[in-house]
Amino acid sequence: MNAVFYILAALTLAGGLATVLLKQLVHCALAVTVAFAGLALLFLQLDAQFAGFAQILVYIGAVAILIVFAILLTRGSELPKDGVFSKTWFLGLVIAAAVFAVLGWAVLASVSAVPQQNAVPSVTVRDIGIALVGRYVLPLEIVALLLTAATIGAVIVAMHEKERPR
Amino acid sequence: MLGDGILKGMAETARNFFGSFVSDERLTTVEYPEQRIPTVEAARVFPFLVYDGANWEAGMRCVACQICEKECPPKCIYIEKSADKKPDFVGKQQFYPTRFDIDVSVCMSCQICVEVCPFEAIKMDTQFELATEDRFGGLLYDRKELSRSNEYYHSIHPTEAGEVDARLAEEKAKVEARAKAAAEAAAAKAAAAANPTQLAGGGS
Amino acid sequence: MIATPEATNPFFVNLDQIFVFLSNWLVGFLPAVLRPVAGVVLGVVAIVCVFPGLFALTTVFERKGLGRIQNRIGPNRVGPYGLFQPVADGIKSLTKEDIVPLRANAVVHFLAPLVLVVTVFMGFAVLPMGRNMVLVDMDAGLLFFFAMGAATELSVFMAGWSSRNKYSLLGAMRAVAQMISYEVVLLLSSVAVVMITGSLSLPKIVAAQNQYTGVFPHWYIFTPWGLAGFLMYAIAATAETNRSPFDLPEGESELVAGYHTEYSGFKFALFFLGEYLAMFSISGLGTTLFLGGWSAPFSFLVWVPSWFWFFGKVMLSIFVFIWMRGTLPRLRQDQLMNFAWKFVLPFTLLNLLVTALWRFMGEGWARWMVCTVILVAAYVVMGRVEMRSEHFGRRSYRYAE
Ligand code: SF4
Ligand code: SF4
Repeated sequence: MNAVFYILAALTLAGGLATVLLKQLVHCALAVTVAFAGLALLFLQLDAQFAGFAQILVYIGAVAILIVFAILLTRGSELPKDGVFSKTWFLGLVIAAAVFAVLGWAVLASVSAVPQQNAVPSVTVRDIGIALVGRYVLPLEIVALLLTAATIGAVIVAMHEKERPR
Repeated sequence: MLGDGILKGMAETARNFFGSFVSDERLTTVEYPEQRIPTVEAARVFPFLVYDGANWEAGMRCVACQICEKECPPKCIYIEKSADKKPDFVGKQQFYPTRFDIDVSVCMSCQICVEVCPFEAIKMDTQFELATEDRFGGLLYDRKELSRSNEYYHSIHPTEAGEVDARLAEEKAKVEARAKAAAEAAAAKAAAAANPTQLAGGGS
Repeated sequence: MIATPEATNPFFVNLDQIFVFLSNWLVGFLPAVLRPVAGVVLGVVAIVCVFPGLFALTTVFERKGLGRIQNRIGPNRVGPYGLFQPVADGIKSLTKEDIVPLRANAVVHFLAPLVLVVTVFMGFAVLPMGRNMVLVDMDAGLLFFFAMGAATELSVFMAGWSSRNKYSLLGAMRAVAQMISYEVVLLLSSVAVVMITGSLSLPKIVAAQNQYTGVFPHWYIFTPWGLAGFLMYAIAATAETNRSPFDLPEGESELVAGYHTEYSGFKFALFFLGEYLAMFSISGLGTTLFLGGWSAPFSFLVWVPSWFWFFGKVMLSIFVFIWMRGTLPRLRQDQLMNFAWKFVLPFTLLNLLVTALWRFMGEGWARWMVCTVILVAAYVVMGRVEMRSEHFGRRSYRYAE
């Protein structure tokens, strides 16, 4: 198990590093896809089929494509002339470090909060579904509402765009 | 209703699909190397040189006037004029081409050379299977490769060749008539000079 | 199930399971530790051999069929009846020069066809191709299939972008936009089946359909929601695989060849292969979801091997694909998008509601009536409204008349 985990972790990390280090924007987008795929494989390795496939479906199938589209539709894939480094890199660094600290703290805290189980709980897709529409129905509905609002907003933006040239 | 057009279309193509197995007249394909359809009379591919009689060199109609060479739009004709002369179909002494090359890889089959030739010497061929392994030399036809007999011309473009022959015969007849008239006049003149009394007597 | 004498005849049972036995027998030669791995490897090898073989056959039959549809003969030169045409094509594409444009992004350009073929092949892993003939019986098989389908979009984008050719890029953008739009429909129409079966596992979905009333099977296509779902699935599948009439990403009249314009030789062959494999896998999924997978169409035919039915149904769908390609003209980009978002998607959503209704109305003729009426009414009304709207109505030509 450990060997596989380390390979996958290395893949994911390499993808993540490539994302921030590569110069060509589209390459970055493709590298982030590799990172997503690595994450999905990690989920699968933990026997979380649903999460793994959902990760592929949503992140590779939709988010990566969205990023790529956004890049192509906005600034083109050409390299910017004045370097790729932002002027506010220091601020970015601080924010990234803060986020990392919070996440790390959360992960470390959860180790002691969750009772250690020896047997891996087998969670089927069915259980996830039942949990989603049972115990977590309120968050689910809130997310659904939010997404609907976002969709309607997108449609309105697009419609507005269409009427202007007339 | 939405989709009925699609169903109609699908039915039509299904009819074609099965029909093509049953009725042969639906299939318009000519399976070329084995099956051929005769070329239409007006078909044209590349030019050739017409000759009369059996010997291509002697009977060549071309007089190396080089009009076609000048008119050919892509300039794919190359002619060298002879130093001596040979008799043409009416017997008149004419130059002939010592070299007549057409690069058919350049020729665009426009038929302008045919239109401008005053001697009916160059015509369009219908032969189209000209593939060769040598794309330079193999497609540069010289005088010999270009010449075809008048009979061949008749066989591929009968109507046109008939017209051409009639025109040439007419011309020849005219020339001969003129020659005969001239000869008669000359003979008469000579006779008159040799025998004035008879002529005077005859005239009185 | 009515057990006909043939169904229990050991010969037919063995024939049905012949590939399973074959695989077990071959694996049996190995030490016990290696057996599970070897079984999977054998399955992979089988898939990797069978489907490209089918692809080769399909290309020649497609060309012959299209020819017949257009009253032509089709290829008949290589081998008897032109059957060896794919061999000739294969040799040709293998020996052709592999051209990579000078300014292309070589790595991505190289990876794109590989990613496509690999992800498409992965989809076959969860398809039950016969009784006990599924490579990996996953709890979330359907989800896996769609996850792999989603990954092919990326390869299309990679191909288009890395070629540095405006036609490729335009083709890729079109393809991705189209695939995303129709992927939604594809997913939602399959969700109906999941709602009824209560499982994402494809073998379970087939098992649910492998029952008979009288001689007729319980295939989902024979229910109102199933038929509607199947139609929407078929439309979306055609668009997903970029087949005519949804083949705008490769519209040769405007885009040369779309995203694979700059590919030649073997890489092009890979794209071609990927496209056909996608067609097989999506037909296989449609078969599994709506047409009863490997189950026989009549209860008295259950003695026929199950794999025969699966492949038969897949080839039948391929035939319909070819038939449609021979019939329908290509859509325009705006027609395509309008059709997806204004007709297919709403109808699929409605179908989900109808499916829920069907699920909770209980047995009886009432649910047949209600569901059929709702769906037919919606189809007619939406058809009318859409046909009258400017996007679908008769086209007016500004200059051509
Ligand atoms: S057909 Fe046209 S192009 Fe060809 S040799 Fe004659 S004039 Fe030249
Ligand atoms: S073919 Fe005709 S036009 Fe050309 S050189 Fe000979 S006689 Fe003159």
